[in-house]
Amino acid sequence: MTWTDWSAMRPLLSQACWDTLYMVGWSTLIAVAGGLPLGVLLVLTDRGGLLQNTPANKVIGQIVNVARSMPFIILMVALMNFTRWITGTTIGREAAIVPLAIGAIPFFARLVETAVREVDGGLVEAVQAMGGNTWTVVRKVLVPESLPSLISSTTTTIVALIGYSAMAGTVGAGGLGDIAIRYGYQRFETGLMWITVAILAVVISVIQFAGDYAARSLHRRGGQTGPVPRLRLLKASTATGKSV
Amino acid sequence: MPAHSTVTETHVITTTGLTKTYRSPRSRGREVTALDGVDLHVREGEVYGVIGQSGAGKSSLIRCVNLLERPTSGTVTVDGRDLTALAGRGPRAGKELRQARSRIGMVFQHFNLLSSRTVQDNVELPLEILGKSGKERSRKALELLDLVGLADKAKAYPAQLSGGQKQRVGIARALAGDPKVLLSDEATSALDPETTRSVLQLLRDLNRQLGLTVLLITHEMDDVKTVCDSAALMEKGRIVEHGTVSELLATPGSELAAALFPVAGEASGDDRTVLDVTFHGEAATQPVVSRLSRTYNIDISILGAAVDTVGGLQIGRMRIELPGRYEDNVVPIGFLREQGLQIDVLGREALPVKDGAQ
Repeated sequence: MTWTDWSAMRPLLSQACWDTLYMVGWSTLIAVAGGLPLGVLLVLTDRGGLLQNTPANKVIGQIVNVARSMPFIILMVALMNFTRWITGTTIGREAAIVPLAIGAIPFFARLVETAVREVDGGLVEAVQAMGGNTWTVVRKVLVPESLPSLISSTTTTIVALIGYSAMAGTVGAGGLGDIAIRYGYQRFETGLMWITVAILAVVISVIQFAGDYAARSLHRRGGQTGPVPRLRLLKASTATGKSV
Repeated sequence: MPAHSTVTETHVITTTGLTKTYRSPRSRGREVTALDGVDLHVREGEVYGVIGQSGAGKSSLIRCVNLLERPTSGTVTVDGRDLTALAGRGPRAGKELRQARSRIGMVFQHFNLLSSRTVQDNVELPLEILGKSGKERSRKALELLDLVGLADKAKAYPAQLSGGQKQRVGIARALAGDPKVLLSDEATSALDPETTRSVLQLLRDLNRQLGLTVLLITHEMDDVKTVCDSAALMEKGRIVEHGTVSELLATPGSELAAALFPVAGEASGDDRTVLDVTFHGEAATQPVVSRLSRTYNIDISILGAAVDTVGGLQIGRMRIELPGRYEDNVVPIGFLREQGLQIDVLGREALPVKDGAQ
């Protein structure tokens, strides 16, 4: 097969596209479901937070740090038993979702933490003064007010997950990255490799554009409430620079 | 007391021996005292102003009233409920305290409106917390927006409003739980003078219409003058003067009265007597200056005056100059005192009385 042989390439690429979206889609959903509460909890348990609990904050913070400092390929191997327990197998798309999701949870949690910290403390106080409890504060203030940032964080997470899904090819999960490595790199089919890379670039651009658009339109609707200094803006460690 | 006042003698906010000390993490172990044994009594239906410079502790005081800040010691009673007893030990507010808070409205300097919600949804928020149905929420919210003059902005977002409008939304939101008490934490400090006046006027109207008790803290003497029935002056975590505006005025040496009704002017010569005439209550309706002039056939110059109409009565102070030394003017001064006026002769210091204006 050469890269000009479109009829042979098409089913291969469309299957790979589908595999990538499948893996990334599910692992994003799981990462958001797990990372959102974890990130909020990191803010709430921090000093001066509504559920201030320094030991809990330290423990959660450490778990997140360790999980994030693990290279994804190592994480995948380390989680094999867990993966088998969940999905019954360690190869294929479903099996790849487990390490992808688990790797992305702490990544997303840090992004959530940064976003939630930027919510003006005065709003929290206003809801407390109305008689709201901590759950009310989370539901009515922290999450809705940081929604534009949370959407941007989700976009970043999806893009990162597309990158890591390439490695999932090593457990036979398929996907675009896997095609690029197996056909393009290992079989020297440079043309096919570039096509895959181009498709990835388009997919990522579309996702980034859609995410930015959603975040911006939400932000424009709301805007700022007043000349309020954002509280504790600089305390959170930035999460974007590190790999999962 | 003004005829249309809603003030009763019941105390609706009482703090006793309220103390708050912070241990700032930076200055290791060094304690900062924000409140130092504050006793505050706010009567039902009055607008009570607490004034002081930044750092005097007034913000801590108002935040202790609904226990957003836990006092180190002392008690807070609002509408007959001892909130400090409801608070429990931990930093989290228990159910009973949260219920009590829902009956205390609060407005903030920076409005604290949720940018993700429309004006109407912001006003509905306290009603959501109270568990009201959707229909009831929107009825109440629209009614309140009408009350604050923003019925047409229900669907707007806070970012589309001016500062004054935002604060009106803040006030509507604070009223959603039908509070008995409204706490105003520097509510007009971020607004221009014109808007400040209209927001204060709104607070005054609400006080009259709804019998709402308002505790407002401010650093603007003008705010106190415009709307307050009573005022307290805070310095270094303590209340140094307090009372109704006319009580304060009647207190010789009251800093608050001097600041509320500032008069200036020096004697134009050695053989002159300068008097500060303070009038409040009935005496204010008498044309005393012209009567004095006619009775004793003396020329009186007015050096300065600060007069205001509070609750339909003229109160204020005037600095006048009489010809001759003090010894020559004993009789006219006696005449003025007989009229029920308070006379302070400059250069003959009255004993400064502090903390006794009740």
